[in-house]
Amino acid sequence: MAADLSGIVIAPPTFGEKVAGIYRKLKRLPVIPVFLLSLVVIAGLFAPVLAPHDPEKGDLRERNIPPAWSSGESEPKTVVERMSINDRATSVTLSDAKKVNPDAQIGDQIDIYTRPAGSTKFLLGTDHLGRDVLSRVIYGARISLLVSIVTLAVGGSIGVTMGLMAGWYGGAMDEFLMRLVDIKLAIPLILIALVLVITLGQSLWIIVTVLCLFIWPRFARQVRGEVLQLKHMDYVSLAKVSGASTARILFIHIFPGTINTLIVVATLQVGIVILLESTLSFLGAGVPPPTPAWGSMVSDGRDKLAGGVWWISTFPGLAIMITVMSLNLFGDWLRDTLDPRLRQLE
Amino acid sequence: MQKYLARRFLLAFVTLLSVSLIIFIMSRVSGDPRHIYLDDYSTQEDWDRMGEVLGLDKPYYEQYGMFLKGAVKGDFGESVREARPVTEVVLERSPATLLLGSVAFSFSILVGVPLGILSAVKRGTWMDQVGKIIALIGQSAPPFWLGIMLMFFFAVQLGMVPPYGKQDWNSIILPAVTLGWYYAAANLRLVRSAMLDVLDSEYIKLARAKGVNSRTIIMKHAFRNALIPPLTFAGVTLGALVTGSLVVETVFAWPGLGRLAIEALFAFDYPLLQGVVITFTLLYVTAAFVVDVLYAYVDPRIRYA
Repeated sequence: MAADLSGIVIAPPTFGEKVAGIYRKLKRLPVIPVFLLSLVVIAGLFAPVLAPHDPEKGDLRERNIPPAWSSGESEPKTVVERMSINDRATSVTLSDAKKVNPDAQIGDQIDIYTRPAGSTKFLLGTDHLGRDVLSRVIYGARISLLVSIVTLAVGGSIGVTMGLMAGWYGGAMDEFLMRLVDIKLAIPLILIALVLVITLGQSLWIIVTVLCLFIWPRFARQVRGEVLQLKHMDYVSLAKVSGASTARILFIHIFPGTINTLIVVATLQVGIVILLESTLSFLGAGVPPPTPAWGSMVSDGRDKLAGGVWWISTFPGLAIMITVMSLNLFGDWLRDTLDPRLRQLE
Repeated sequence: MQKYLARRFLLAFVTLLSVSLIIFIMSRVSGDPRHIYLDDYSTQEDWDRMGEVLGLDKPYYEQYGMFLKGAVKGDFGESVREARPVTEVVLERSPATLLLGSVAFSFSILVGVPLGILSAVKRGTWMDQVGKIIALIGQSAPPFWLGIMLMFFFAVQLGMVPPYGKQDWNSIILPAVTLGWYYAAANLRLVRSAMLDVLDSEYIKLARAKGVNSRTIIMKHAFRNALIPPLTFAGVTLGALVTGSLVVETVFAWPGLGRLAIEALFAFDYPLLQGVVITFTLLYVTAAFVVDVLYAYVDPRIRYA
């Protein structure tokens, strides 16, 4: 006898259940890192549209204005006709006082701002040359993106090609390339990079070249390891038997097998490239000023800290940290998703 | 094992040689060094005499040979900026860097290892979360920015420590924390994942089944085996701390080799720069070699290969 199911209605999911379901799905995807990374990419791509001010030109009269939310500091000062050096701290001339309050008279006490309040004109304040910090942070994303994409493309290709050849040919070729990797790992590269950039000149392309020196070995090692496994696969032997050229086997048959790992390595390397580029900029060997780069902006604000001007250094540094952190989190997630074998290597 | 060590030694040697070659080429690419030593009032005679003294009249390979010969004897010529032997300047600045490096190294171990153990043992609790945040900041924040922020908060705002320079004992705190944080974060992650692996193993389960208390299990059985990955990493750390000092010494005006390198670089003081870079590489390579030896000692698979 068949059960009578006609009276049973499956209840539609309640609102709470729906939210929980969406949350469960989202939990698997690293929403926050992806969101923050897209912000950086959008900032880089559409900087001219998004930035409220010119990032390279500032008005010196508007220098060191704090972020919009901070209130200014004011002190009561006595209005005098002429000011002597000794009472500069306590008095103000009549003409200056009239700018604040047109009715000011000599002998009045008047509140004068010793530090201006933030204004909504400059959301994150201005730097020591009166340039808008927010606009500079937005434009700074461009340099970081450009440098990391070009470095990744060039350095990555060199690394992959070297890795493919080392893994495929083995023997002396492998030995030579892997020793090259060892030497690279043993050299204090940031120092060499500094020397190179300073002697050859500070240009974007020299910086990219130097950064490529940093990142190719990681790719070479990873790909070499994969090739060593893949080259004994049946489909590779078949390709060989049917007369495919070595280049064809390497790029058409073996390379696609390494792509998952490469994506993971690339994501994590972008973070490293951004850190390195900003370190070079910070030390004064980055993209030359006045082009806004995050590292040099942090450096600009360094000696203003003692005067309480904290915003010039803080925001570009936060931008670097948030970008690198998102890349790391996203890379970890990619690794877990694409390549479970890598998980144990941590 | 001897073969392994011989290879490692050869690698260290080749590394030093390639760095010296890069540095030598760079110093020649940047132009005739006489431009730095001589001013507009010097005569052609001075120019030629200088060339003879510096060996600039000889072919490049001979000049490089001369440079190497001097380097082996510890003679890197005279610093242009300081007008005294490079070796003297380098030796004078080395102790500050070694001090900073060792304090930062101790910090990274003393903070990273216990926090790593705690995170693994208390997996999934708030302690694990705190550990994760510390590690994440350490691996994502650029050290130069971290240093500036620490300086602003603890030195400028709170006035607890001097903001820069090397005066009292407490002036080392901020630079050491800045330099060590990244490696503390790395140690934390390494110890945590190694600890989790070990805690999951059969012999730990056996110990638990026998009724051994968890303190003994963690400290005696698990911790010892979880120490191997961070030990391996220590070598990398020691070397990289040297490089990290470039940035941190610049931020905190710490009178060490890192700052000396930057000063020499921007003053185009090539003899001094060569000396500092070679010293850095020597430190780096020595640390790596010592770790390779220790590693061979710890890991029987390498010892008997």
